[in-house]
Amino acid sequence: MLDEVLAPAALENLHNSIAPVQATTTRSTCPYCGVGCGVLASANGADVIGDPAHPANFGRLCSKGSALGETLGLEGRLLHPMRRQADGAVARVSWDAALDEAADGFRRIVDEHGPDAVAVYLSGQLLTEDYYVANKLMKGFIGSANVDTNSRLCMASTVAGHKRAFGADVVPGCYEDLDQADLIVLVGSNAAWCHPVLFQRIMRNKEERNAKLVVIDTRRTPTAESADLFLQIAPGADQALFCGLLVYLAKLGAFDDDYIRRLTTGLTQALKAAQTIAPSIEGTAASTGLREVDIASFFELFAQTPRTVTCFSQGVNQSAQGTDKVNAIINCHLATGRVGKPGASPFSLTGQPNAMGGREVGGLANSLAAHMGFEIESIDRVRRFWNAPRMATREGLKAVQMFDAIARGDIKALWVVGTNPAASLPNANAVRAALGKLELFIVSDNVASNDTINSGAHLLLPAQAWGEKSGTVTNSERRISRQRAFLPPPGETRADWSLFADVARRMGFAGFAYRSSADVFREHAALSAFENDATRAFDIGGLARLSDAQYDALEPTQWPIDEGDGKGRARLFAEGGFISQDGRAKFIAPAKPNLATTLTKDFPLRLNTGRIREQWHTMTRTGASPRLARHLPEPFVEVHPSDAEHFGVEDGGFARVATPYGSCVLRAVATVRQPAGHIFAPIHWTDETAADARIGALVAPCVDPFSGQPESKATPAIITPLRFARQGFLLSRGSITLPEGVWWARVAVANGYGYRVAADLSDDAWTDVIRTAAASEDVIQLIDETKSLLSGAAFVGDRATLIWALSPVAQSWDLALELFARDRLDQSERLSLLSGRSSRQLTNDGPLVCSCFSVGQKQIEAAIQQGCCSALDVGKATRAGSNCGSCQPEIQRLIKISLAAESAIDFAREDKPNMKEGASDETVGF
Amino acid sequence: MTVLQDCRSREKLVIVGAGMAATRFVEELTNRAPGRYDILVIGDEPRLAYNRVLLSSVLAGELSVDDIELKPAQWWRVAGVEVLSGRKVIKIDAAARRLILDNGESVDYSKLVLATGSRAARLPIEGADLPGVHTFRDVRDVEALSRLGKEMRALVIGGGLLGLEAAYGLARRGVDVTLAHVMDRLMERQLDAAGADILRRLVEEKGVRVLLNANTTRISGSGRVENVEFADGQKIPADAVIFAVGIQANADLARQAGLDVGRGVKVDDGLKTSESDVFAIGECAEHHGACYGLVEPAYEQGRVLAMRLAGQGASYGGSVVSTNLKVSGVRVFSAGDYLGEGDARRIVCKDPRMGLYRKLVVRDDRLVGAILIGDTSGAADLLDLIRSGAKVSSMRDELMFGPPMQEAA
Repeated sequence: MLDEVLAPAALENLHNSIAPVQATTTRSTCPYCGVGCGVLASANGADVIGDPAHPANFGRLCSKGSALGETLGLEGRLLHPMRRQADGAVARVSWDAALDEAADGFRRIVDEHGPDAVAVYLSGQLLTEDYYVANKLMKGFIGSANVDTNSRLCMASTVAGHKRAFGADVVPGCYEDLDQADLIVLVGSNAAWCHPVLFQRIMRNKEERNAKLVVIDTRRTPTAESADLFLQIAPGADQALFCGLLVYLAKLGAFDDDYIRRLTTGLTQALKAAQTIAPSIEGTAASTGLREVDIASFFELFAQTPRTVTCFSQGVNQSAQGTDKVNAIINCHLATGRVGKPGASPFSLTGQPNAMGGREVGGLANSLAAHMGFEIESIDRVRRFWNAPRMATREGLKAVQMFDAIARGDIKALWVVGTNPAASLPNANAVRAALGKLELFIVSDNVASNDTINSGAHLLLPAQAWGEKSGTVTNSERRISRQRAFLPPPGETRADWSLFADVARRMGFAGFAYRSSADVFREHAALSAFENDATRAFDIGGLARLSDAQYDALEPTQWPIDEGDGKGRARLFAEGGFISQDGRAKFIAPAKPNLATTLTKDFPLRLNTGRIREQWHTMTRTGASPRLARHLPEPFVEVHPSDAEHFGVEDGGFARVATPYGSCVLRAVATVRQPAGHIFAPIHWTDETAADARIGALVAPCVDPFSGQPESKATPAIITPLRFARQGFLLSRGSITLPEGVWWARVAVANGYGYRVAADLSDDAWTDVIRTAAASEDVIQLIDETKSLLSGAAFVGDRATLIWALSPVAQSWDLALELFARDRLDQSERLSLLSGRSSRQLTNDGPLVCSCFSVGQKQIEAAIQQGCCSALDVGKATRAGSNCGSCQPEIQRLIKISLAAESAIDFAREDKPNMKEGASDETVGF
Repeated sequence: MTVLQDCRSREKLVIVGAGMAATRFVEELTNRAPGRYDILVIGDEPRLAYNRVLLSSVLAGELSVDDIELKPAQWWRVAGVEVLSGRKVIKIDAAARRLILDNGESVDYSKLVLATGSRAARLPIEGADLPGVHTFRDVRDVEALSRLGKEMRALVIGGGLLGLEAAYGLARRGVDVTLAHVMDRLMERQLDAAGADILRRLVEEKGVRVLLNANTTRISGSGRVENVEFADGQKIPADAVIFAVGIQANADLARQAGLDVGRGVKVDDGLKTSESDVFAIGECAEHHGACYGLVEPAYEQGRVLAMRLAGQGASYGGSVVSTNLKVSGVRVFSAGDYLGEGDARRIVCKDPRMGLYRKLVVRDDRLVGAILIGDTSGAADLLDLIRSGAKVSSMRDELMFGPPMQEAA
């Protein structure tokens, strides 16, 4: 088998198998969310724009994708293999030495403690080819299924839900469904921020076809701003709502009885369970905290609208009952026959760029390979395909369990690839401590420093980054796209798959003689088709014989792509064809809604965590973009004003947020968008970017019984106010080491770093910090004892090298940022750094709203004053929101505020009387 | 001189001193009560009153002596004021209400105003009277200093206002100037350390070498100035030495007449001395222990006295002094409690490279002192606020940075 798919290998060239750097534009795929937008990158990467020909985005990009060109610098990159010395420092070693040590270490530990004493922890950021080789090494040759991935924190509940319902992990629909639906329901999805390009498709559908949008979320997110109906649901209550819906549909006779009868099984039990959980609209209201009128509006709309797509994301997945929530949603779609039909399907919005590719490979502890599990036939089939000496025969440890096993000492060797578990896993402080116990701790990554590396990694292996590496990724609609290289790999960086292949060979294993990612892909495709015979949904056999050139030129294609016509398929399951024994889909009876943890006197609030618009994960890449940093530069916690008052926390002040697992210190934001009793903090900050904001350390490690996915959005917490004598910022050309006790958050600014700080330091201590950082005698200062203000700037020539402002109240840094970005400042500009006043050529645009075109709130308000009364008008006048559109909800909010100020206009539309009460109440009013 | 004793219809008012205080007083008085007094001004300089403040500009060659004359002869004539120039009063006979002049003549008065000003002090050190040692006080001094050649080395002793102006003026003339100051900073009576440091840099940029902590102990030379020696042993060659170490009130005349004299002629809030119908204004006067060496208090005193003598109610409550250094391109303003120690709150803005320093001192939300270096715009407003004691919390930013600009649309 292998001989057929592998072209002759040229091993000696492996280290130099660099994709030729193209002189022209390169088509690739964005490395951020699961939308998987196509991009066009210029030769040096400076310009990255949307690919008009890519069917995921048709040329559109969100603000993160648009800023990719700002993120390709080599600062902070890991460029050479490094090994930790006895003194704790890391020192450069050769690739040979590093790979020998990795291989020898793995072999020794397997020999001494068995295969389950080693583990690999992968990432949804990896390419499918990387996943494939790692998975093959572990499950076929080392003999352990301890291969898991950060997708466990992201998509695992959907995987489990899909498998239970459809028999396989298949997203039945496609993005076109979002254009064709008449009703789109977003559950636990802040798509406006997290999947902006898809959200814009939804908004266009709303505009052009008058499609309705229902948003179900615990938080009044920017996505909720755009909804026709917003249901601010109680945490953990999603399956109650969808059970209620199932019951309602049953009572109404709105089921697709034919579909149910021919293609499904298990409705009776599922409906019975649903009736127990949510027997009526009243019962649903009681379980969900929603108003009956809103529930009725939603149910009615769902029942009446055959073309309904229900999209769900982390709000559903990141739950100890995430799998049941997924199935509760799918149940309603199965019951109405709305699966895989144009404009009608359940639709999982994937978080990561290649979580789907990882799932296809089987790079999860509970799957074997290529949509096969640990059944004897599957194990045997894969053994034969791989010619594998030591197959894993049972599931391995899922992420949270894996790190528990490390803490116990059961796992002694770990290889972490392209992810940061010491920051992102729940109970992350415990994870960090566990990592310190490993006998062999390997990290392959792009960066030389992160919370995981700094947890004592022994070997650091420099990996190629986006733009350097080449392979495939799969997006939320099963579309396989190429990520192509357009930059030369810097230093000694190498492709991740080649590291696994090299270690495998050094361990003496045959079957890893890949010459290129194309070799790996062909084998992966061949395995998907191997003895498939329509028993497995994932079949890309049609791609198994691509030539290198064909692989390089591969157009974005949706699987399955079988060997027949070689064409992909947009939708599945409209007419059955489920992957179960009986070919039927299965209704699942969900458990009664219940959060994994209970509130106590000491921890009376629920901590929700999530993403913000302009950052991605732990900011390794987005954190390098000055443009993105301007949106929300500090780690923060959102609190309902009543909770803020109750706990003495000031809006704009600081707060310590603590859970039984850990604590951090965040800027407090009091907002009615957050429900009372619940607080929200973003996930992005680590010890690299903030003093005390590792939110993962606060999250309870309670997991879903089916998916193993942790409940990241409902940890019991307490919030207490914190005050600092001074707060403010420092802008510096180089990084600054701040003394103990200083709260700080670091972001990229043009040609430097921005530090937001707060501390109780004395004037002298601050002066020391500033003098050390300034490293120049040319200093201007404003010291205002009446305001306890210290501000100033240091210069080398006419260029500011350090700017600071510290006072008891928060300081705007917009003007300072603008001046810091310039190479020379004249005398009046020097002075304006102190006065905070802009001279004529500067404008104070207010807080940044549109990242793509750098448009501030004041500019937008001015446009509204001049008569712009829609986001479209504002976009025409200021360009704001006219690229990725992720700021359009905020623009709409500004319009509403402006209009509300002018006259009490009722925004409830005449044409939706059913929703009038709910919609007007929920979407207007702040 | 007969005319002086004839006009019995009008009260005889004599002013001793023909400087800036006298001129302003006369102007105020003749405006308010024209013809009420028969006025005589007696000055010992052989010229009409001039603006002494601008002598540094004359020294710098930026103005001529004629340019700084306060009022032309015509003005004095029109005002009906008789001016006796180059004549010195050597005695006051208060009991007889009579003055004795240096030519032996006498002048009777009904009311007497002393505006005798002050003189430049010299350090009591060896060599202080050698040829080549100058002061910087009047036109004669300026004329002497103007004769110093370009190749000459001048040493100015004193880093106050006058010393700086003298040093700058000489440097402008191309003289090689060193300024020696006994304190650790320039203008210590008007500036704090940070401000003085910026001033030093600015002055040095103008070509003046500055020595601080320089305690002059001896001026030496055979027949004329050759070297200046300092307490630390340093010895600096010099062709000329200019003392700018402060002023002394010219109060000898009053003292001899038995008036109450401290550092100056003591006056009350009506500018009256201990002798009836004898008043004192300007640098010769001491009001509540304060002798002012600046023109503005002299003007205020002159105005108050003029009002009183014109029959209007007025009282002098002391002056909030401000200092303006007049050195081209080096603007310095200082007023009030410029240090702001104790419970005062300071607002300091500085840009040493650009020669910019602004300091406001606030106590109990009132402006009590200020220093401006480099850009002295708004100084008058600050002085008004210091004097009025108005609350400033709402305008602190404006005081520091001027009125807000119109934001670009």
